[in-house]
Amino acid sequence: MIGRAALFVTCLADTLYPSVGIATVTVLERLGVSVSFPREQTCCGQMHFNSGYVDEARQLGQRFVDVFAGEPVVVTPSASCAAHVRHQYAELLGDDARGVPESVVELSQFVSGLGAVAIGARFRGTVTYHPTCHSLRVLRVGDSPLRLLREVEGLGLVELPDADECCGFGGTFAVKNAAVSSAMLADKLDAIESTGADVVCACDSSCLMHIGGGLRRRGSRVRAVHLAEILAGAS
Amino acid sequence: MVRACAPFIWRKFLPVPPSRAAARDAAPVVFPQAARAGLANAQLRANLNAATTTIREKRAQVVAEVGDWEELRDAAAAIKDSALHRLDTVLLELEATVTKARGIVHWARDAAEANRIVVDLVRATGADEVVKVKSLATDEIRLNEALEAGGIRPIETDLAELIVQLAGERASHLLVPAIHKNRTEIRDLLRVALDRPDLTDEPTELTAAARLHLRAAFLRARVAISGANFAVAETGTICVVESEGNGRMCTTLPETLITVMGIEKVVPEWRDLGVFLQLLPRSATGERMNPYTSLWAGVRAGDGPSAFHLVLLDNGRTRALADDVGRPALRCIRCSACVNVCPVYRRVGGHAYHTVYAGPIGAILQPQLSGESGQAGSLPFASSLCGACADVCPVKIDIPRILVRERARAVAAERQGLEGATLRRLGRILSDRRRYERAQRLTRVLQRPALRDGHLRWFPGPLGGWGESRDLPGVPAQTFREWWEARERGA
Repeated sequence: MIGRAALFVTCLADTLYPSVGIATVTVLERLGVSVSFPREQTCCGQMHFNSGYVDEARQLGQRFVDVFAGEPVVVTPSASCAAHVRHQYAELLGDDARGVPESVVELSQFVSGLGAVAIGARFRGTVTYHPTCHSLRVLRVGDSPLRLLREVEGLGLVELPDADECCGFGGTFAVKNAAVSSAMLADKLDAIESTGADVVCACDSSCLMHIGGGLRRRGSRVRAVHLAEILAGAS
Repeated sequence: MVRACAPFIWRKFLPVPPSRAAARDAAPVVFPQAARAGLANAQLRANLNAATTTIREKRAQVVAEVGDWEELRDAAAAIKDSALHRLDTVLLELEATVTKARGIVHWARDAAEANRIVVDLVRATGADEVVKVKSLATDEIRLNEALEAGGIRPIETDLAELIVQLAGERASHLLVPAIHKNRTEIRDLLRVALDRPDLTDEPTELTAAARLHLRAAFLRARVAISGANFAVAETGTICVVESEGNGRMCTTLPETLITVMGIEKVVPEWRDLGVFLQLLPRSATGERMNPYTSLWAGVRAGDGPSAFHLVLLDNGRTRALADDVGRPALRCIRCSACVNVCPVYRRVGGHAYHTVYAGPIGAILQPQLSGESGQAGSLPFASSLCGACADVCPVKIDIPRILVRERARAVAAERQGLEGATLRRLGRILSDRRRYERAQRLTRVLQRPALRDGHLRWFPGPLGGWGESRDLPGVPAQTFREWWEARERGA
């Protein structure tokens, strides 16, 4: 059993979705993990890196390493940030990465890695799960999140058609190629609404910001909720 | 009968009007604008969606049958890399083996040189028309335009290429050039172009009409031009993989055969084909094996063409070779699996890319080959980096990685206006915790007038596109870190 973990909440969850961070703390503590929150943390630099701003990405990456160096385990509720740190830092920072990339673990993988599946969560409603691109094709979380969701008491899981299609977010892609991004989003929202689910769930606040923002704009009754919030039994 | 009416028919196979083609390329189009045209075309999106969905499903099915698919991908990447790492010697070996088989090898540094070589070779035969096997390399160098300028009529014999040529358009897909057209549109085109008002939109009928016309050209042709899927250095063998048999007609009937081949198409050994001929048809058309695989080395008396020319094309490939991040793009075997799974391509179509190589592979190949990012640097950004392309690539090209590197090159070359200023400013804020926390508090105040029910619907400047289809929550009363601090104080 892992006794303690540092939380990398991500700049996005910190600033816009604090409930995701709070839920992550709740889940970890329920599993007996003592959580620390290094206050100096800001952003891993993923958006800058993916958008081509290498100098800024390197600076933010170096900062991330300085903040989290020495932490045996860093848990984050974002598949794309975990993927960025784990898969890009070595090349971006070289030896300066100081072993930090390997210590960063996405929440669903961390919880599954503990061997914990049934964690005493309760949720009333029907949920469909959107596997985000980075969780699916970079981190390869596989069915970890689905196995966790299946064990949540009261939760009805329904399959999402064309689940592995991108929602169209892609960071600055959503604004630089807004029309294409919106078309991809529209198809994703149609698929979500076709399931009749009350909630669409994912492992990444950025994709959920996109999907949730689109659902709200079209006046949908479906809510976008992070996996951590469901596992925390918060709603 | 067919022969007698051929001149009349072929007068109708007019070359692409150069003025139309030129006009399309004159204006500097950027991808986001070009994409809107594709998105707005409901017919195009429906055609694309139907076609790519079918190919994707077939591909997934036949790939799943192969137990050692991942090992085949690893082997293919390794073979290509090994050829690329010693391309200088492998190409010389190919030249020697082709020459020994009584073929003639030509070296072309760029498109102009390759076109000059081919036009001169055709002229030397006295022919005023050529039949063509579908070839991306010849599209890349715009050989058809060069031939027309030289008074030689190129006749595309691949059905889809023929359709695109007759329509005076450009291909919109590497493998299925007329994927943007459905059969009703094709019927309307052939009714006029082939003077066949009787045609229905039955595929067999349309195919038969095209075949009748192409047969005349095959029988008449003295010169054929092809590309190459592979060339084997060890044996001097050229390999062309196709579905319709038109390629086989071109490579066997005419007296002179000219093959234009990118230098990255060479594989060292004969046995390497065993790997690629398993990967290519499955990845490309979702077939276990394609109907026609033509293999030849040089010429043989009394069997096929009596003259064979191989034009080895560089056209930016050695520049790409020198780039250790971009080099894997040269492994590409043009299967188009990445195109068929790309969520961006599938919604906008190939014409939005304004390149010969459309889709994800085009967005990395174009900058690699031309040395400049396509469409004023906008192509590398035409991706959500979803990674679906890399997952299906039979030669394991990490397309997202190369896209990101091309973005970095675009940003380094140009400051990116307001977007660049915004992201650089954001970088400074995020690199200092106090500044970051101040920005959170400041945003909470500044957003107030714009908030509706806790959300924003409109966004300024480079963020404006977000508001096209999405709301965004404002900064809440308590950020996570404020919650954490309050809890710590309470504890």
